[in-house]
Amino acid sequence: MTEVKNDTSQVVLSASAVCKEFPVQGKPAVKALDQVTLAAHKGAVTGLVGADGAGKTTLIRIAAGLLIPTAGKVTLLGLDSVEDSLEIQSRVGYMPQKFGLYQDLSVMENMNLYADLQGVAMGERKERYGRLLEMTDLARYTKRRAGALSGGMKQKLGLACALIKSPELLLLDEPTVGVDPVSRRELWKIVYELVEKDGIGVFVSTAYLDEAERCDHVLVLHQGKLMAEGAPEKFTATMKGRVCLVTPSQKISGRGLYTRLAGSRGVVDTTIRSGRVRAVLGAADPSVLHAVLGGLDAEVEVVEPHFEDAFMAMIPRGHDHVEVVSEVAPDNAPTHAAKSSDALVHTHDLGKMFGDFAAVKNLSFSVKRGEIFGLLGPNGAGKSTTFRMLCGLLPASSGEIQVAGHDLLKSRAQARARLGYMAQQFSLYGQLSVAENLSFFGKVYGLYGKKLKERIGWAYNEFSLGDWRDTSAFGLPGGYKQRLAMAAALLHEPDILFLDEPTSGVDPFARREFWLRINGFAEQGVTVVVTTHFMEEAEYCDRMLIMSQGETLAMGTPAEIRDLAKSPQNPRPTMDDAFICLAEGRVPVSQHGNGGE
Amino acid sequence: MRLFLMRLRGFLKKETLQIIRDPSSIALALVMPLALLFIFGYGVNLDAEYIPVAVVSSSSGTIERDLVSRFDLSSNFDVIRVADMREAEELMQKRQVDAIIQLQPDFSARLSGGSPNGRMQAPVQLILNGIDANRARLIEGYLRSIVRKWVESRQVQGEAAAGPLIAISQRIWFNEGAESRNFMVPGLITLIMTLIGILLTALVVAREWERGTMEAMLVTPLRRIDILLGKILPYYVLGMLGMGMSVMVAILVFDVPFRGSVTALLVLSSLFMLASLGFGLLLSAAIRIQFVAAQVSIVAGFLPAFFLSGLIFDIESTPLPIQIVSHIVPARYFITISHTLFMAGDIWEVLLPNGLVLAGMSLFFLTMAYKKISKRLEK
Repeated sequence: MTEVKNDTSQVVLSASAVCKEFPVQGKPAVKALDQVTLAAHKGAVTGLVGADGAGKTTLIRIAAGLLIPTAGKVTLLGLDSVEDSLEIQSRVGYMPQKFGLYQDLSVMENMNLYADLQGVAMGERKERYGRLLEMTDLARYTKRRAGALSGGMKQKLGLACALIKSPELLLLDEPTVGVDPVSRRELWKIVYELVEKDGIGVFVSTAYLDEAERCDHVLVLHQGKLMAEGAPEKFTATMKGRVCLVTPSQKISGRGLYTRLAGSRGVVDTTIRSGRVRAVLGAADPSVLHAVLGGLDAEVEVVEPHFEDAFMAMIPRGHDHVEVVSEVAPDNAPTHAAKSSDALVHTHDLGKMFGDFAAVKNLSFSVKRGEIFGLLGPNGAGKSTTFRMLCGLLPASSGEIQVAGHDLLKSRAQARARLGYMAQQFSLYGQLSVAENLSFFGKVYGLYGKKLKERIGWAYNEFSLGDWRDTSAFGLPGGYKQRLAMAAALLHEPDILFLDEPTSGVDPFARREFWLRINGFAEQGVTVVVTTHFMEEAEYCDRMLIMSQGETLAMGTPAEIRDLAKSPQNPRPTMDDAFICLAEGRVPVSQHGNGGE
Repeated sequence: MRLFLMRLRGFLKKETLQIIRDPSSIALALVMPLALLFIFGYGVNLDAEYIPVAVVSSSSGTIERDLVSRFDLSSNFDVIRVADMREAEELMQKRQVDAIIQLQPDFSARLSGGSPNGRMQAPVQLILNGIDANRARLIEGYLRSIVRKWVESRQVQGEAAAGPLIAISQRIWFNEGAESRNFMVPGLITLIMTLIGILLTALVVAREWERGTMEAMLVTPLRRIDILLGKILPYYVLGMLGMGMSVMVAILVFDVPFRGSVTALLVLSSLFMLASLGFGLLLSAAIRIQFVAAQVSIVAGFLPAFFLSGLIFDIESTPLPIQIVSHIVPARYFITISHTLFMAGDIWEVLLPNGLVLAGMSLFFLTMAYKKISKRLEK
């Protein structure tokens, strides 16, 4: 394949010195793309990787003719993206982030619409539809409205619509955001089938770094500039010997190990993977680890690098990143000794009905003090509903809930005073400054005078928000918005922190920083209940519950959950593997039902 | 051409299915007009009825009684008889009456010549609550006409020899009963059509932006003309259905006469509907949030139609700059058309010039909308 790539006739998309600026009122224009030159080839998957705001969507939109580059030129199939956009649009398939489906139209009606718009001849339709429906496994659902499909099915329908006229090039803008691992895997299977059978070119942007490894060619964008490109192997090759897995020992827990490694010199990235800490080093010299781990008996094993490791090592970090884990514990912080005894959150047979639809069924679990408890599942699993019931925002249809010792049905206000809640959507006042927001939320929770001042000071310090105190909340960069939201939720020193999808739409750096922070709070005795659809984030939890369509699929520690997928072929399964096993029903439900009890 | 028709068919089918399945546009086009029509039709009544008035008359001669009973019999007034002025003033201050009619103690004596000075003028004092100036003027008019009629009838009976030689014989044309409802309801139909026309297109396009479907539409080989036709045609049909329904309600429920021809109504209201839809589509090119689209539609579309069309406020009596501005409000022209069609008939001398202006306006808005429809995300 490498030989043909040099042949220009095989180029399906090329950008030369593309710049794109967005005007901002009263400020210098934002440079979304800066001198980007790249090419994508026929019969190959080209991946565009980068953090949020790197310029991925802007580049794809320019290619699709939706935006006009400020300078430079993009050609697709030899056609100019600005001059020949109409012809490009009839030869190129494009799936936008929101899939572009009409919720009120059925699967078949959506396909008919796109076939009409693309001018697919009536005679060809039957065969084309048959193939697409088979490929996406939607043949059984042709009469169902798109709005009633699951996230994964919507995404596949979106793909089918983009493919309706056998395009020569397929543009996919973050196609797998918010979709469960099973659907992600299926989507990639379809993409590869297209590339292999039809020989089309695929240009895909993604924020999931593990997906980059599935591409033939990877382009790394950072702050509008092309940082690096090449085959994924080329990236991982540079990381040989720089990635280590550290196994926790008797003397230190996985989380303790993780926090300790995260801040140390010579370590560029730390994550928890399958119960062990994965550390990416600045150089191929594991001895830096021994300095940190001295006397802890932690076993260090050098492992095969992934693309993600290379990415994290390559992107320059902002200077104020991750200086978390405050040393001063709040007064009420009990140490780990106290945590095992009392359950701060307890539910029994919890259920929620919306009309005839059971959003949550027979949910029973309890969360102990100082624990990080994860609620996992794909979109629509019932996580948010459960969450709202726990926070007292939504009454339960059946069952019991106790939060911080208060029955939510009877004494909602007392329970609320002891919990902090960070909503999925940004829920601060955009026009108020950072200081005003903090002061308002502090007062709402009953803080005043010296105490309020003290807590706001703590928030400035802990979240490095001091320099931004007079900036309006809307004017904050993305990661800082999230920090401010979290600071507001923590001002009144809650015992329990509820976080609803805190990491969705957040780039890998902010996600890492976030988990490090959460880890620190848990160490101080704050109980954390968090929802996420990123399976790998489950590793940061002490225990977790996997939900799907309102039902509990499994509950237990990350190790227990992973072990469900253990097989001779797969001795060290990941969280994704476990989820896929559970979703496919390969694990009998009875076997893991009492995992956490 | 085949591809064009195929694209258009796909787009129209999609819009139709969405209209049928999403109750919000049907509610907008069919339910809202009815609600507005009933609220305004019954609630906004410019005729004053049963106005409480205090009549101060200390004597109770036949002549006084005859005059006062005239007030009493009129459906415009509710007469409260009081003995002296002080009592009447008190009622006025408590806002229990809107007017005071005072007859002098020697009222009948003056009229019948029984006073020491022989026959002489007998003034009737009228005191009005002027807080609502329009209402005060209305009351004044009613009272004057009752008094005048009473005087006329006395002349006929030969009691007043030296009456005026000329008597005004009044007749109101087109709206014989001088009922303000006959004027209001056709005007309301204009306001309703303005609102639904603008809202339908502006909201529907903003909704597509919000749901992300617009982005997907833009990257298909749709031409701008496809988008224009695809958005205008279905909502034209829906808007005209709403209009037709409003006309039926006006005729059947509010008993408003309809004297023009249905064809004229259909042609002229189509022109007006197209102007409204085109304006909405023009707005939607700039606005991509439903909430903002609704706000702007009301401020830029409905309010000018409300204030500057001549329905509520007489344009002739406004300052010149406002009169000039009112010429760019399409509703101004259609209100004239609908009043003519409902109450007078197919008077082409009126309908034609107004219709031509509307045709020009709809052409202008549709052309502007076409130019503004962009197949790019850039604003």
